[in-house]
Amino acid sequence: MTATAITHTDGGIRIEGLTKTFRGPEGPVRAVRGIDVTIAAGETAALLGPNGAGKSTTLDMLLGLSKPDRGTVTVFGRPPREAVDAGLLGAMLQSGALIRDLSVRELVAMMSSLYPRPLDVDEALELTRLQGIASQRTQKLSGGETQRVRFAVAIVANPELLVLDEPTVAMDVEARREFWVIMREFAARGKTVLFATHYLEEADANADRAILMAHGRIVADGPTTEIKARVGRRTLRATLPDVDPRSLADLPGTASAERHGDAVILSCTDSDRSIRALLERYPAARDIEIAGGSLEDAFLELTSEPDGKPEEPQTEEPQPQEPRPEEPEPQEPGPETEPEPAAR
Amino acid sequence: MNGIAYTRLELLRTFRNRRFFLFSLGFPLVFFWLIAAPQHNKVIGGTGLTYATYYMVSLASFGTMMSMISTGARIAGERQAGWTRQLRISPLSVRAYFRAKVLTGYAMALSSLLILYISGSLLGVSLPAGRWLAMTGLIMVGLLPFAALGILVGHLVNTDSVGPLMGGLVSILAFLSGTWFAITSGFLHAFGQFLPSWWLVQARNVALDGHAWGIRGWITVAAWTAILAAGAAWAYRRDTGRV
Repeated sequence: MTATAITHTDGGIRIEGLTKTFRGPEGPVRAVRGIDVTIAAGETAALLGPNGAGKSTTLDMLLGLSKPDRGTVTVFGRPPREAVDAGLLGAMLQSGALIRDLSVRELVAMMSSLYPRPLDVDEALELTRLQGIASQRTQKLSGGETQRVRFAVAIVANPELLVLDEPTVAMDVEARREFWVIMREFAARGKTVLFATHYLEEADANADRAILMAHGRIVADGPTTEIKARVGRRTLRATLPDVDPRSLADLPGTASAERHGDAVILSCTDSDRSIRALLERYPAARDIEIAGGSLEDAFLELTSEPDGKPEEPQTEEPQPQEPRPEEPEPQEPGPETEPEPAAR
Repeated sequence: MNGIAYTRLELLRTFRNRRFFLFSLGFPLVFFWLIAAPQHNKVIGGTGLTYATYYMVSLASFGTMMSMISTGARIAGERQAGWTRQLRISPLSVRAYFRAKVLTGYAMALSSLLILYISGSLLGVSLPAGRWLAMTGLIMVGLLPFAALGILVGHLVNTDSVGPLMGGLVSILAFLSGTWFAITSGFLHAFGQFLPSWWLVQARNVALDGHAWGIRGWITVAAWTAILAAGAAWAYRRDTGRV
């Protein structure tokens, strides 16, 4: 089995033109709008995005749980269902519970029995730090313990691709930290990992690469450092009447500026330089506030790029002077990854 | 081998759910003793069967039918927990999944049957070994449509409605099939023969002369099995989304 293990992972994960629309109470919901992603075998990638971005829908199609309307998914060169049948996939789905009336060990053993190349049950329990509660019934566990058992169920499969859909949602800080340590241990065995999260810190600390999704599209795809730089943008707000925002946008460290009555709002790539220059040039500026940019802001900004599709409703203010953020750079190994989804 | 360990643990966990288990076994048992015990040797008019024999098989039909349909409640619970989705991303085949569910239902049904047989014997039901076996065999075959019905219901409705639906359905079927009182003529007699549960209850006639189902019984049970199995497969296939 070990000799053939290499060929199991040929081709990595390829997602091409993936599209999914649901019927909603207020008309169709275009959950995923044509995305392309390639993930190399052995890579750990984070699928980052706010709620409703289309992350879970994408993962469902990757796992063969739902069918795309258009586009294709291949997992190690096979359609998802075949990869599932070959035991190549393991997943911790969003917000699941456990079946009752089995001990932790029995449940993990039950799942392990279904896979062709499982981990030893003890090894899985040890990896997930569950030996201490192995004989407890599943209905008697705490929320954090339940999540760890669900994690054990995912990795006892010894999958080549491990998919985690917002795995740390129900965990406290300590449980979270421990969870990611275990995940990295498992990934270090040469496994491919794709996890969805809406926490930038999680992506930053645990993934080689972050794929940002918003409104069913991929809005950025690259090393987490790059994404962080975009999200690192701060907002500077000051009362400063009678100054043309266009000239404010030219201040050093400033990406854009707009006016709301007497107030001006500057979006800063380097707020330290912006405020120094602002006070030097416009000493009358007062009531100054600087706020950190949120991930949400970054998503909104990224999805309102000039060539974004017109139906995107999230732009609150026209920002004509804003220099267009540079295109996300295709740094991932996949040759045909197209990181600008609006192009299609 | 895909499925054997899974089936074993599925059985184990069903028998461990004591409240559920005792309730589904205890209910028919209590009814049997309440109805049959006071006049167990008296023959019920038009049937040729004593109270003990009549209600032993009637309530065995009722109890085993419940056991099979209660598979639906377990499936609905697993769906609610997101467990069905977890199984779908494992190599567990659909066949093995169904097999585990059906075997678990049958294991519960056999337990229910055994307890009623023992109770019946205590109240004077005495049959040659061959007739006990024939009766058991007919009941097992007669439960096939209900095995499929359990899976169908489990994948179609949620945990909130599965209880009332099952309770209502079993009560109506039991009534129309002559579980509670003998239906020997008239519209109900003609109509009941179209129901799979009717033939389940008819298994009691083995006690009379060794024969219970004519060709009509076999055809009715086979037809319901085919229809409900197709329905179960359909419900399972469409049920892939998040609950």
